[in-house]
Amino acid sequence: MEYQAKQLFAKHGVATTLGTVVETAEAAKAAAEEIGGVTVIKAQVKAGGRGKAGGVKIAKTADDAFEHASNILGMEIKGLTVNRVLVTPATPPEEEYYFSFLLDRSNRQYLCIASVEGGVEIEEVAKTNPEAVRQIPVDPGTGVDEAKAREIATDAKFPEAVFEQAVEMIQALYKVFVEEDATLVEVNPLARLAGDKLEALDGKVSLDENASEFRHPEHADFEIREEADPLEAKAKDLGLNYVKLDGQVGIIGNGAGLVMSTLDVVAYAGEAHGGVKPANFLDIGGGANAQVMANGLDVILNDPQVKSVFVNVFGGITACDEVANGIKGALELLGDAATKPLVVRLDGNNVEQGRAILDELAHPLVTQVDTMDGAADKAAELANA
Amino acid sequence: MSIYLNSDSKIIVQGITGGMGAKHTALMLDSGASIVGGVNARKAGTTVTHKDADGNDVELPVFGSVAEAIKETGANVSVLFVPPAFTKDAAIEAIDAEMPLIVVITEGVPVQDTAEVWSYLQGKSTRMIGPNCPGIITPGESLAGITPHTITGKGPVGLVSKSGTLTYQMMFELKDFGFSTAIGIGGDPIVGTTHIDALQAFEEDPETKVIVMIGEIGGDAEERAAAYIKENITKPVVGYVAGFTAPEGKTMGHAGAIVSGSAGTAQAKKDALEAVGVKVGKTPSETAALAREILQSL
Repeated sequence: MEYQAKQLFAKHGVATTLGTVVETAEAAKAAAEEIGGVTVIKAQVKAGGRGKAGGVKIAKTADDAFEHASNILGMEIKGLTVNRVLVTPATPPEEEYYFSFLLDRSNRQYLCIASVEGGVEIEEVAKTNPEAVRQIPVDPGTGVDEAKAREIATDAKFPEAVFEQAVEMIQALYKVFVEEDATLVEVNPLARLAGDKLEALDGKVSLDENASEFRHPEHADFEIREEADPLEAKAKDLGLNYVKLDGQVGIIGNGAGLVMSTLDVVAYAGEAHGGVKPANFLDIGGGANAQVMANGLDVILNDPQVKSVFVNVFGGITACDEVANGIKGALELLGDAATKPLVVRLDGNNVEQGRAILDELAHPLVTQVDTMDGAADKAAELANA
Repeated sequence: MSIYLNSDSKIIVQGITGGMGAKHTALMLDSGASIVGGVNARKAGTTVTHKDADGNDVELPVFGSVAEAIKETGANVSVLFVPPAFTKDAAIEAIDAEMPLIVVITEGVPVQDTAEVWSYLQGKSTRMIGPNCPGIITPGESLAGITPHTITGKGPVGLVSKSGTLTYQMMFELKDFGFSTAIGIGGDPIVGTTHIDALQAFEEDPETKVIVMIGEIGGDAEERAAAYIKENITKPVVGYVAGFTAPEGKTMGHAGAIVSGSAGTAQAKKDALEAVGVKVGKTPSETAALAREILQSL
């Protein structure tokens, strides 16, 4: 969110105004009083187009701030509820620019995008005057030193009056990008304020979760728990790779690719069964022991939308008998809490032993189907029953 | 024939003494691959013992550096089972030692680390596969990675995939034909070997008659591969793309598997592949059936 991005900007010496983040209209009023003068009240959600949605308002007085904050708090922007607003001094820009560093997947390097022809309307500029949106490759090996920053500032045609500030800011923004392990650092707008002062008025930073895990434990503080889906939060606590979707067939599988594929196969199968859809993505990875399987089932069975569950495992390194024992153990662990039908498809390593274990278990909720397509069809049928 | 890996490949394992490293060293040996040693600076001079495909004990030396391992064993492939925090340094060490092929299995490597390694690799002799990949198998000849060697044997199908389990699934579906080489390139936003690299190598490999290419949401690697196929590939290609039901903005297991806005969707990738004449299956089994049809007509 904006206020979090600004905290990272400030940490690395990017000129910005932090403002005050508040969760109530009373606190917004107090913040506006403290700042004094005209303030801006800005909705803090992870979505663009906040201004157009009415989530950004100018407050001439502290009472205005109270009124705007009460309207904005609780408002929905692109499906996200606004739980906090940022109160900052109103600093009308004389000019607005756009600037970002991002990961360029296609070219396996970094890319700097800069434009002095308008900030927030950058997408429009890109269409009408693409030449004005400069794209400058950055080699991850050499990065951005002062010389590179000058090259960027020159290419982007930053005006004389703010050129040196731009060179400084470009280096500081690159520090945010590499030192925080970001995949995107965006300033939009980058503003020239009165007195030719360059400042990051709004921004966005996307962080690499892989790096956060061991290099930036402090990034965990940026996550706002109450805004996460409760099932996703629970799955995260259990160390599961889970994404909640809007369907009726719960999915458990091993390997990201196979699970994605399973969702698709279930969606196709669902077309013949009242349009049922996959309820989630859940990759239990290579291990798939009883506890992991039980944790996965526990999350999925707690999804009130789920009507049936499809367990799709291809035994590669994992042996199917281990997976079958995992399912057996999970059903024992869950006991009466397991209430929805389970369609299981096992294939690959030790499949005969795995299927035999489930045959012997003869659990009333468990149906075995030999193929992925067949099992998807069965699970969809049960979800539509 | 095959691509990148064959019976002459001499493999070392960076991280041979760790849990994953030890487990998969044993499995690679069991497949018949020629594993000649490992690297762990803190355990240099020791040995580890595993069984080979015939059940005999093999004592493998642990070296202090990749350079030393190459000097002593003539190794030409290194497989990395190194924790994410140390992967960048381990890869750079192997590149400095001029290891011809490095296969990075590790999941969870920060993408900037991979970007730096990729930049470092430019102009050097090393090929990198991965990170976050199952590695590469040339059935009956060699295995550098974690792909189960028991699924199928040698044959005319060349397979390139972002996903490990979909690689296994597809090898299983076409097990009666067998594979020249199956390569998992990994699901991270930046990988060392792309679909295009593998397509080019399969095109040049006389043993490969049909190429199966598996993609998934995120990035534009499949679209670029489609453009490459149109200009450069004469062998039949069958495709599969996973993630049609993936919502926008959510990472689906693989760090690179994310639809951003309208970019990186499965539909766009399928359309791009079909536009250049690649037959794309709706499901893994349908994809296998398409490949089967071509294989039977050869």
